[in-house]
Amino acid sequence: MVQTATEKSTEMSLEEMTGDLVAQAMKAGASDAEAVAYEGDEFSVTVRMGQVETLTESGSRALGLRVFLGKRSASVSTSDLTPDGLRQLREGAMALVRITEEDSCAGLPEPGEFGALPGNLHLYFEDVYSLPVAERIEWARRAEAAALAADARITNSNGGSFDATTGRKVMANSRGFLGSYRTSYAGVSASPLAEDENGAKQRDGWWSGARRMMDLESPESVGKEAARRTLRRLGARRVTTQQVPIVFAPEVARSLIGSLFEAASGDAIWRSASFLAGKLEEIIAAPGVTIIDDNTMLLPSGVGGFGTSPFDGEGLPSLRTTVVDNGVLRSYLLNTYAARKLGMKSTHNASRGLAGTPGIGCGNLYLEPGTRTPEQILGEVKAGLYVTSLMGFGTNIVTGDYSRGATGLWIENGQLTHAVEEITIAGNLTEMFRNITAIGNDLEFRGAVAAPTLRIDGMTIAGA
Amino acid sequence: MTNSAVSPSPSHKRYFFEKFGITERLLERCLGEALSAGGDYADLYFESVTSTALGVDEQIVKSASQGTSAGCGIRVLSGERTGYAYTDNLSSERLLHAARTAALIASGPAKQPVQGFVETRAADLYPVPLGGFDLDLAARMELLLRADRAARAFDRRVVQVRASYAEELRRILIAASDGAYASDTQPLCRLSVFVIAKEGALSTKGSAGGGGRSGLEQFTASKSPEHLAHEAARGATLQLGALPAPAGEMEVVLGPGWPGILLHEAVGHGLEADFNRKKTSAFAGLIGQSVASPKVTVVDNGTITGRRGSLNVDDEGSATQETVLIEGGVLKGYLSDKLSARLMGMPNTGSGRRESYQAIPMPRMTNTYMLAGEDEPEDIVRSVKRGLYAVNFGGGQVDITNGKFVFSASEAYLIEDGKITAPVRDATLIGNGPEALKYVSMVGHDLKLDEGIGTCGKNGQSVPVGVGMPTIKLDKMTVGGTGR
Repeated sequence: MVQTATEKSTEMSLEEMTGDLVAQAMKAGASDAEAVAYEGDEFSVTVRMGQVETLTESGSRALGLRVFLGKRSASVSTSDLTPDGLRQLREGAMALVRITEEDSCAGLPEPGEFGALPGNLHLYFEDVYSLPVAERIEWARRAEAAALAADARITNSNGGSFDATTGRKVMANSRGFLGSYRTSYAGVSASPLAEDENGAKQRDGWWSGARRMMDLESPESVGKEAARRTLRRLGARRVTTQQVPIVFAPEVARSLIGSLFEAASGDAIWRSASFLAGKLEEIIAAPGVTIIDDNTMLLPSGVGGFGTSPFDGEGLPSLRTTVVDNGVLRSYLLNTYAARKLGMKSTHNASRGLAGTPGIGCGNLYLEPGTRTPEQILGEVKAGLYVTSLMGFGTNIVTGDYSRGATGLWIENGQLTHAVEEITIAGNLTEMFRNITAIGNDLEFRGAVAAPTLRIDGMTIAGA
Repeated sequence: MTNSAVSPSPSHKRYFFEKFGITERLLERCLGEALSAGGDYADLYFESVTSTALGVDEQIVKSASQGTSAGCGIRVLSGERTGYAYTDNLSSERLLHAARTAALIASGPAKQPVQGFVETRAADLYPVPLGGFDLDLAARMELLLRADRAARAFDRRVVQVRASYAEELRRILIAASDGAYASDTQPLCRLSVFVIAKEGALSTKGSAGGGGRSGLEQFTASKSPEHLAHEAARGATLQLGALPAPAGEMEVVLGPGWPGILLHEAVGHGLEADFNRKKTSAFAGLIGQSVASPKVTVVDNGTITGRRGSLNVDDEGSATQETVLIEGGVLKGYLSDKLSARLMGMPNTGSGRRESYQAIPMPRMTNTYMLAGEDEPEDIVRSVKRGLYAVNFGGGQVDITNGKFVFSASEAYLIEDGKITAPVRDATLIGNGPEALKYVSMVGHDLKLDEGIGTCGKNGQSVPVGVGMPTIKLDKMTVGGTGR
C-alpha cells in the first residue's frame, strides 16, 4: 500500500473540508456547528490450513456534521466528499435541525474548555504498513502453523490472520476548536480447533495487537498460546448447580470492568438506568478495588495506550479519572450533555461517531493490580471455577442482574483439574463488586479495557 | 458483454447509472480487470444507503440524523481464496484500481468474464417507498410522540421513556463474471421504545420494537406505537416485582415469536455452509441424521413479504428461497452462498449476505422459524410441574464448534403445577445445539414470527434477520438464575 506520499495532501484537505463545512453551516444560519472527518486504510489477510483464504485491502473517508439552532440540534454524515455532496450535507443538516425541539442541556462545550494534550502521544507508526504483502501473509501463515504444529490433537483451524489499519480523525467547531490525530494498529491472531479421542471438538484463539510492528508478539508465540488455550478445553464437562468461588481470568475480568463503565456512564445515571445511580461517594466495591479511566496513558513501551487520544469526541483535552477509589465510587464518566443533566463537569469522555449526538466512551479503563499472583489466588480455592470465556448478553446494567454462559476449568484444592462447559454463572453486579475477595498482580493492557485476575465469591453456577 | 436480457426492475439499476455514471461497459471492464490475473469468478457489489434516525426522549424531539454512504466492493475468487477491495469513490479510475487490487489473489493467465449479463428474476417482496430524504418526517415523529405518551400513561412508576425510529433505503447493483446481474432497492425501518420504571430504590428496564421492509402503514396492531409502548412499560414494571430466577436444569416452555432466537443460535449458525465446508461446525457431517425431536421442522425463508429478514436477491445477486434445515427432526441441508455451493457441490440457497460494500459476503440466515405443531399452548403450560415460561429474550450467542449456545430471557415466569405464577429476573438459558431440540416434546399450533427487531452478528458483520416459533416445551434445559 502506498502511504506517506499522498497523506500530506489529504491531511490538508480534510482539515479544510471540516473548517469549510463549519463556516458554511454558520453562514446558513446555524448558531453553532461541529464537523468531523474520518479517514482510514485497512489491510487484512487470513490464512487457513496454510493457504490464503481472504485478502482485503482498501481505504475510505467520510464526514459528519452536527448543527445547532439555539438549543436544537441535528446531525448528518456522508461518504460523498465532492463539493456537491458537501453542499447537500449542509443543507440536509439545516433542514433537519428545524424539526427537532429545544433541549435545555444541548450545545457545544463552553469556549474555554476546548483543547488537546500537548506533545506526541505516540499513537501512530507508519511501520504497520512496512511489510511487503507477501510478508504480511507470512505472518498469518506462521501464526496458524505454530498452532497446528503444537499438538497432534490440533486437527483443524479457523485460520491465522494479520491485520493493519491506520486512521485519521479531524474535528473542527464554531467555537474555534480544530484538532486532528492519527492512529495505527497491527494485529496477528490464530484460531485452531482441537479434537479429543471421542471426536468432541473445541476452538479457542489468541492474538497480539499493537500500535507498531516492533511491539507485536511473534506469530509463533501467538499460535502456541492459541493452541494451549484450545487444548485445555478438551474433555470439558458440566458441573452441578452450586455456589462456589469464581476466579475470573484477566481476559474475562475485563468485561466486568466494562460493565462497571457502562453503569458509571452519565447517560445511564441521569436516566436512573444504572445500579450505580445516586451512589456517588458510597462504597460500591470491596476494599482494594480501584478503577481508573485514563485517556492520557502511555504504555510502559512509551507508546500511547489503545484508549489514548489527545482530545475527546467534543474536542475537550483527555483526562485521567479515578472512577472507584479503594471501593468508593468517586466519579461518573461524563460528556458535556450528561454533565449538564447532572449539574456536574464533563470528565472529557465524549465519544463521537460520524452521525448522531456524542455518546460516552472510555479510554484506557483498568482495575489497579493487587499483589497476589494468579497461582496464589487459585491456590486458595478449595473448590471453584476458573472462568476463561463468557457467552451472551446477560448483563442488565439497570438492575445489576448478571447471568452469562461460561467455560473454564474446575479448581480442586487449589489446582486446575478438568475443563468445564455448558454452565452459567449468575449474581448481581451490586454484590459481585463488593464480593471481590482477591485481586491479581497480572494487569496487562491487551486492549483499552484491562483487569487483573479477580476472585468473586457468592455467585451461582447453574449446570447439570 | 451485451445487454440483451430483459430487465425486470430497471429503476433499481438506473439509479446507479444516473447518479454515479456507471455503465455496463464499465462493469465489463472492471470484471475483466478483476480476472486479469486469473481466478474462477469475480463480482462487483455497488451499494448506496441513505438512513434517517429520529429520537424522542423526555417528551422532547431531541435528535434527528441522516446519513448517506455509497461504495463498491470487488471480489475475486480463486479456488478457496478470496481477494477483496472496496472504494467509496465510484470513479472509473478508482473502480479499476480496486479491481486490480482484488485481482492480486490469483496468479495465472487472464480469464474472460462470461459474455452477456443475465438479470436475476427476482420477487417483489417489499414496496419501494418514495425513498431518499423526501420523506414525511412529521408522520414518523408522530409515531414517536404517540409511543411516548402511551408509555407514560401506562403506569405511574414509568419514569423515563425514550422512543426511536430508524429507517434506511439500501440500493444495490451486482454484476458477476458468471453473467449474474441483479439490482434491488431494499427499505428497512424500525420503531423502538425503551422504558425505565422505578419504585423505591429499584429501577428496571423494558423495551419493545417492531419493523420490517415496508412503509409506515405497518405500524398498526401489534406494531402500533401504543402496543409497543405498553409492551415496554409492562416489561419494566413487571420486573419491579420479579423474584430471582431459578438455577439448574428444568422443563422450559418458550412462548411464540421472538423466542425463536433459540433456533437461530441452537441450529441456524451451525448450519451455515462455510462452517460445515471447513468442518468447524458441531453439525458437520450430520446431514440425514436426527438432530431434533420428530416434532421439529425448521426452515429459513427469505421470501416472506415485508419481513425484516427477507430479500428479493441476496448480496451475490441470487434469488432468495425457502430452505428446509430440519424436517421431522432430521437434518436436511445447509445455508449456502456461491463459494460454498461450488466447493461443496451443493445447491446455492441464495444465502450470501454482507453488511456493506466494505465486507465479504458469507452464508447467513434470513427469517428462521419452526413450523407449527398440533398442541394447544394452554396444554403445554399445563403439562409442566415445575419449570420456566419464557416469552421475551435479549440477545443470544453460539460457539459453533462445540455447539454450546446461550440466549437471555428478559421476561419469564415460574410454572408451578401447570400454572404460570411469579415473574422472575433476567436469566441466561444455555444448551448444546445438536442436542437441545431433541428434548422438544410439545409444539403448539400458534406459530408466530417476531415483530421485526433482530440483528445477527457474524465475523463482525451485522445483518437484519427474523425468527419465529410456536409455543414449545423442552423437557430439559439449563436456566442460569441465582435461586433454588
